[in-house]
Amino acid sequence: MGIMATDPVCGMEIDEEAAAASRSYDGATFCFCSDACAARFDAAPQQYLPAALRGEHQAAEPAAVDAAEELRLPISGMTCHHCAETIRVAVAALPGVMAAHVNHAAGEGTVRYDPSRIEVPRIIEAIEAKGFQTGVLKLTVGIAGMHCASCVTKVEGALGRVRGVLAATVDLATETARVSYLPAETSVAAIEAAIAANGYRPKKGEEPGTPSEQEAREREYHGLLAKFWFAAVISLPVIILGYPSYFPGLRDLSFSSIRLIWGGLGLLTLPVLFWSGQHFFTGAVAALRHRSANMNTLIALGTSAAWLYSTVVVLAPSIFPEGNVEPFYDVVAVVIALVVLGQALELRAKGRTSEAIQKLIGLQAKTARVLRDGREQDIPVEEVLRGDVVIVRPGQKVPVDGEVIEGSSTVDESMITGESIPVEKHAGDEVIGATLNKTGSFRFKATKVGKETMLAQIVKMVQEAQSSKAPIARLVDVISGYFVPVVMVIGVLTFVVWFDFGPSPRVVYALITAVTVLIIACPCALGLATPMSLMVGIGKGAEHGILIRNGEALETAQRIGAVVLDKTGTITVGEPSLTDVRVSEGFTDDEVLRLAASVERGSEHPLGEAIVRGAEGRGLSLEAAEGFQAIPGHGVEARVQGRHVLLGNLKLLRQRGIEPGPLAEASAALADDGKTPMFVAIDGRAAGIIAVADTVKADSVAAIQALKRLGLEVIMLTGDNARTAAAIGRQVRIDRVLAEVLPEDKAQNVHLLQAEGKVVAMVGDGINDAPALAQADVGLAIGTGTDVAIEAADITLIKGSLRGVVHAIAISRATMRNIKQNLFGAFIYNALGIPIAAGVLYPFFGLLLSPIIAGAAMAFSSVTVVSNANRLRRFTMREV
Amino acid sequence: MDAAAWIVTAAGLAVSGFILWFFFGKKRGVEASVASSGVQEARVTVKGGYTPDLIMVQAGRPVRLTFTRQETAACSEMIVFPDFQKSAALPPGEDVTLEFKIDKPGEYPFSCQMGMLRGKLIAR
Repeated sequence: MGIMATDPVCGMEIDEEAAAASRSYDGATFCFCSDACAARFDAAPQQYLPAALRGEHQAAEPAAVDAAEELRLPISGMTCHHCAETIRVAVAALPGVMAAHVNHAAGEGTVRYDPSRIEVPRIIEAIEAKGFQTGVLKLTVGIAGMHCASCVTKVEGALGRVRGVLAATVDLATETARVSYLPAETSVAAIEAAIAANGYRPKKGEEPGTPSEQEAREREYHGLLAKFWFAAVISLPVIILGYPSYFPGLRDLSFSSIRLIWGGLGLLTLPVLFWSGQHFFTGAVAALRHRSANMNTLIALGTSAAWLYSTVVVLAPSIFPEGNVEPFYDVVAVVIALVVLGQALELRAKGRTSEAIQKLIGLQAKTARVLRDGREQDIPVEEVLRGDVVIVRPGQKVPVDGEVIEGSSTVDESMITGESIPVEKHAGDEVIGATLNKTGSFRFKATKVGKETMLAQIVKMVQEAQSSKAPIARLVDVISGYFVPVVMVIGVLTFVVWFDFGPSPRVVYALITAVTVLIIACPCALGLATPMSLMVGIGKGAEHGILIRNGEALETAQRIGAVVLDKTGTITVGEPSLTDVRVSEGFTDDEVLRLAASVERGSEHPLGEAIVRGAEGRGLSLEAAEGFQAIPGHGVEARVQGRHVLLGNLKLLRQRGIEPGPLAEASAALADDGKTPMFVAIDGRAAGIIAVADTVKADSVAAIQALKRLGLEVIMLTGDNARTAAAIGRQVRIDRVLAEVLPEDKAQNVHLLQAEGKVVAMVGDGINDAPALAQADVGLAIGTGTDVAIEAADITLIKGSLRGVVHAIAISRATMRNIKQNLFGAFIYNALGIPIAAGVLYPFFGLLLSPIIAGAAMAFSSVTVVSNANRLRRFTMREV
Repeated sequence: MDAAAWIVTAAGLAVSGFILWFFFGKKRGVEASVASSGVQEARVTVKGGYTPDLIMVQAGRPVRLTFTRQETAACSEMIVFPDFQKSAALPPGEDVTLEFKIDKPGEYPFSCQMGMLRGKLIAR
C-alpha cells in the first residue's frame, strides 16, 4: 500500500497510487477517488482546499501569495514512507505553511510557506520534535572590521536576510558569527558575500569549530602575557622602593617621605591587582555566588589581604604597637605576575596536549567536487549531502564516506586504518572520507556525511575518551571538592597560631604566613594531573589506530595479566588461502592447480575461492568448465578442456574407485598441520592434493612474542577442532590453547580465566565475540576499515594487526606511569608546601617561605604537571 | 596570651567555622523544573558554578541540557556526568547540548572535570 491521501472533495481516504485522478494546485498535489470529484474540484478549487491552505488564500492578499517561499530541506532518520507522512502532516499543520512534501527515498522535504507568518526555525523545530534530523549546518565565520554594537546588529541583519540562513548570532568579543544554515539553499560563499557586501571582511580559510577554539586559546594566551608584562614592569619599582634600607640614597630618606613613596606604591599596585589579576577576582566572585571556591579564590584572597595590610601599615602605622612594620606591596605585584605567567605557560602547554586530535580533525578534506544539476561544482565538504555524486581526481582527498559507482583507483587509507599499502577501489567498493586518492579518477555516491563519517566518529570517540575520567582520579576528585575551603581554614589557623605564639612583630609574621599558605596551595596541579596525561595518552593511541574508549579502559589495560586471542580473524587472516600443492608422478603443480581452479571458478565456497585466488596468484590462466556438478558433502566435478576433473575428499575418491596411493599419507600430514587437504583426480587417476588453510597474519607471531615479553599470559580461544587449533598454536608459539569452544561459551571461558584471579583482555572481531569482549576486563575489537565496530569494545584496533594489542598495552602503561608521576608530584607538592608555608619548620630551622617564593612554586607546579604530560607525546611504538 | 591573642583566636575560630559552614553547609541551589511536554529541556549557565545547579526532571523521559560557559577560566571547561559516562568540553560562549534518558528516579550529580563545581539532576 502506498501513501494515504484524503480526497478533498468527498473526504474519502484513498491510496495515492490508486487514485482515479490527481491535480496539482498551488504547489500541492491532491488525489481524487473518482473523475467526478476531480471535476468538481476543477470547477472551484478554492472551495475544497484543506483548512490550512484555504485560510491562507482567503486571508492573504494576492501579493502574499507571491511572497510564498519554498524551502528545500534534507531530512534524515526516515526509515519508511510512514515516517515521511508523519513529517508531512506535522509540517502541513503549522500555521503559515501552505504545502509540504516529503520524499522518503531522497531524504528530502519541500515546504511552501509564507515567510511573513512563519519562520523557518519553527518548521525545523516541528520536524525535529517528531524525532527526525534536518540537515542544518552550523558555521563559525570570523569577521574583521566590527567595532560596535550597531555593527553586530547590521551583520546579523544581513546574514538573516540570506536565503537559507536560519539563525545568525554575531559575537563582537571574538569577532565571529555563528550561522546555522541549510546547505541545500545557500553556501558558505553566499554567507561570506553577505558579510562583505556590508563592508566587513569575512576571515577566509577558517574551518568551523576547532580553529576558532585554537584562536580563542591564542587570544587568551596573548591576553595573559600582556597582563604578565604589565605586572612584571610594575613589580620592578615596587620591589626596589619597597625596601629602601637596601638602596643607597633611599635609606637616608625620612620616615615620612618613605611613607609617601609607599603610598605611591600602593596606588601603583592597584592596576596590577585589578587589571592583571582581574580574572582572579571575577572568578572568585562567580564561584562565591555558588558557595564554592577555587584557585582564583585563594589568589584573590592572598593578594588582597597583602594589599590591605600594607595599606593599613602606610596609612596608620601607629596601630602596630611593635613598630618596625613594613608594607609588602611587592608580594601583590610579583605574585600576580608569576601566577599569570604560570597560567600563560600552562595554556600553551595544554594546547599541545590536544595535538593528536587536531591532527585527526585536520585530515578532513575542505572541499568536495560534486555533481549537482548536471554540473560539477566545488562545495565545502560540510555541504555534501547523502546521495550526492562526488568526483575524486588523482592526488585529491576523498571528502566523505561512500560507495564507488564509476572508475577505479588506488587509495591510501593509512591515515585511518594504518594500512600502509594503498587499496584498490572499483565500482561497488567502499571509500572512507579523509583518505587519499592516488592514481585514478572515480565517482562515488556519498553514503555517510557530516557526523556519520568514519573520521567524524573516530574524532568524537577520541574527544569523549579524552574528557572521560580515570578511576585513579577518584581520590583527587574527592579531595579537590574540599581542598580550597580547607586551605582557607588552614590559612586562618596559621594566622591565629603565629599571632598567639609567634615572635614579634606578631601581626607581620601571622599575616605573611597566612598569605603564603593561601598562595602556595595549588588545586590546579592536582586537578590537571590525570586529565592532561589521559588527553595525551589517548591521542597518542588514536595516532596509531588504537581507539581507547575511556580512562577506565586505559587504566585497566595496564593491569592486564592474560590476553585471550580469538583465532579466526584475529591471529589468522580469517579466510582460507592456498598453502600447498602435492602431485603424483606424471603431473605438475601448475597443471593440477590450473584444472582444479578452472572447476572451482565461479564457486562461492570459501575453499573454492581460495583455490581460484591461489591459481591466479601464480599467474595461471583458467579455462571454462563444462558439466559442473556439486556432490554435496564430498566435492565437485566438471570437464575442463576435455578432461574429467574431480575435486573432493578421500571418501569421494574411494567412492569412485580411485586409489589415492601415497597421497593419502601426504593428506594426513597436511591435516595434522591444521590445513584442509582436497584430492584432485584427473581422468580417473589421483593427480594430487591441494591444501588450503586460514593463514596466520604476517605479524601475529612477532606480536605474540612481544606480548609474552610484556609478561602476559597468551591464550588462544577457538571453535576449531583441537588438531587444527594445536597446529596454529605451534605456529604462533602459544602454549595454552582452548579449542572446540562454542561461540556462546567464549564468554564463559573468559569468566573461568578471571576466576583464576587474572585481569583478562579479550581480543576478537567485535561482532561474533561481543559477549566475550563484554565479559573480559578489557575487550579489544580488531578489524579493518569501516567494518570495525567502534561501539563494541573498550579498545578498538583499526589496523587489524595484533601489534595493536601490544601498542595499546604499552600506551596504557606509559600513560598510567605518567599519571602516577603527576599525582605523586601534585600530592607531595601540596602536602609539603602547605605546612612549610605555614611555618612548621620555623621552630626547628628558622625557615620561613616568602610569599613570592610560594607564588613562583604555585605557578610552576601546574606548568610542570602539564609539561610532564606532554612528555608522553614523545612515546614511540618501538619494539616492546 | 594577652587579650589581643584571645580576640584573634576567637575570631579565627569563628571565621574557620563560617568558612566550613559557607562552603560545606547545606546549600539551597537554584532549582529548575522543566516543561513537561515531549523532551524536557533546561539551559544551564556556567560561570563559577552552574545556574541552575538543581534540575528537576521526570524519570523515563528524555532530558536535554544546554550548557553555556560564560567564562574563560579553565576550571569549568569540561562538564562530567559520571552516572551516564558522559562528558563534554564547553568552549566559552558556545551552546553545548547533552541528552540523556533517565530511567530510575534518583539524584544524578554533575560536575566540572575536577569536581569543584557541582550540580545535580534530580529525577522523580
